Amino acid sequence: MGLKDLLNAGSDGTHGDATSMVSMDARPNEPWVTTKLDFLVNWGRANSLWPMPFGTACCAIEFMASAASNYDLARFGMERMAFSPRQSDVLICAGRVPFKLAPVLRRIWQQMPQPKWAISMGACASTGGMFDTYAVVQGIDTIIPIDVYVPGCPPRPEGLIYGIMMLQKKVMNERMNGTSREEMEPDPKSKLYIPSSRIDELSEPFGNSVHQTRSAP
Amino acid sequence: MRAEKFTVISAGHGGGDTPATPRNVPHKGGDANPTAAALQARFGSTIARVDVINGETTVIVDRDKVHDIVQWLHDEPTQSYEYLSDVTAVEHRDAQRPIEIVWHLRSIKFRRFIRLKALIVKGSALSICSIWDIYKGADWLERECYDMFGIQFTGHPDLRRILMWEQFKEGHPLRKDFPLRGRFSRSQQLENALAANPEARYSMEELSIVDAYEELPLDMRRRLLGGEKTGE
Repeated sequence: MGLKDLLNAGSDGTHGDATSMVSMDARPNEPWVTTKLDFLVNWGRANSLWPMPFGTACCAIEFMASAASNYDLARFGMERMAFSPRQSDVLICAGRVPFKLAPVLRRIWQQMPQPKWAISMGACASTGGMFDTYAVVQGIDTIIPIDVYVPGCPPRPEGLIYGIMMLQKKVMNERMNGTSREEMEPDPKSKLYIPSSRIDELSEPFGNSVHQTRSAP
Repeated sequence: MRAEKFTVISAGHGGGDTPATPRNVPHKGGDANPTAAALQARFGSTIARVDVINGETTVIVDRDKVHDIVQWLHDEPTQSYEYLSDVTAVEHRDAQRPIEIVWHLRSIKFRRFIRLKALIVKGSALSICSIWDIYKGADWLERECYDMFGIQFTGHPDLRRILMWEQFKEGHPLRKDFPLRGRFSRSQQLENALAANPEARYSMEELSIVDAYEELPLDMRRRLLGGEKTGE
């Protein structure tokens, strides 16, 4: 349902989708609508998400392809790339994140104003991928809360766009008075969003670094 | 007239102005770089062995004489190795084999390449003389070698980690006894990484931040107080 449909529904006197809004003619030729505030705000947010690209590897190349004219993220209201976290809504982490970069990513997430969302693009950002080593974070959901995971190595632009559309659906279902938009706070002691026992579990099925075999006697 | 401005670079072997790419190079053996014979004549028994593999000459030298040998290769006009392309190390899976430290030297003037190796027996002190005073480009190469293998380069002006962060406590990742996933559990690694202040990685000159100063390692604070400028 676009804004045009909303306005048309008001101006020509016909009733639109009765479940989401009611339209009436107050005076002829002056269109107005009544709707739910949740719907209107979410509709505005979902269709003007400003991405903050955090590209660290080959996924960033696919992200660039998604933003370029062939796939054209502008169709989703995302043509405005924000290279400053202060003016962005969606953090798109495209690529592997080493531990050296972990505090940087955390800082960037904290610098983004509410409301904010995060997409983890590709196998490495979501799970560490093939880089099951001493240097790479095994899934950035251990650093920041993630809304949508896009699988692939790297995902094709269609995949990323599908993830973005899923995020738009998620945004549309948010409630102003709900708890979904409250910022998750990390544990004050460990600074982690996920309990450390869960993080060690996540590195299964290969076993965490304590229980692995060594490469040489 | 203009041709006089160009210096003709003569080839190392084969003669002529346009050296041909060597073809049908045997895997082992073949003509050694003439520098190897010159080194043996000049340094005698400190040259342990000369290998020629795939047409590349490897000279295994005494670990205490590396500095003298590199200095001579650099200064001697008949050798003229102006360019240091790499400093690295090799550790073998076989625990009996020594750790090799490798220098790749190149003579642009004579178009020659030579590889020097020094052997450090396991168990002895992992230290070797720095050649930073001969090639300034050895600075970061030796830092990387220290970071990955833990080899101390004596005489290096600023030997600290370059790839891993300075607060990295798990050891030297390219050593064979280093577990692939590191020595700590994933959650410990994350906690350590997130506890770091991102700004504390930079020097005063780069960010001039005072509040991160207290979190820097002690030796880094000492260097900064001494007025060190990065990259010099």
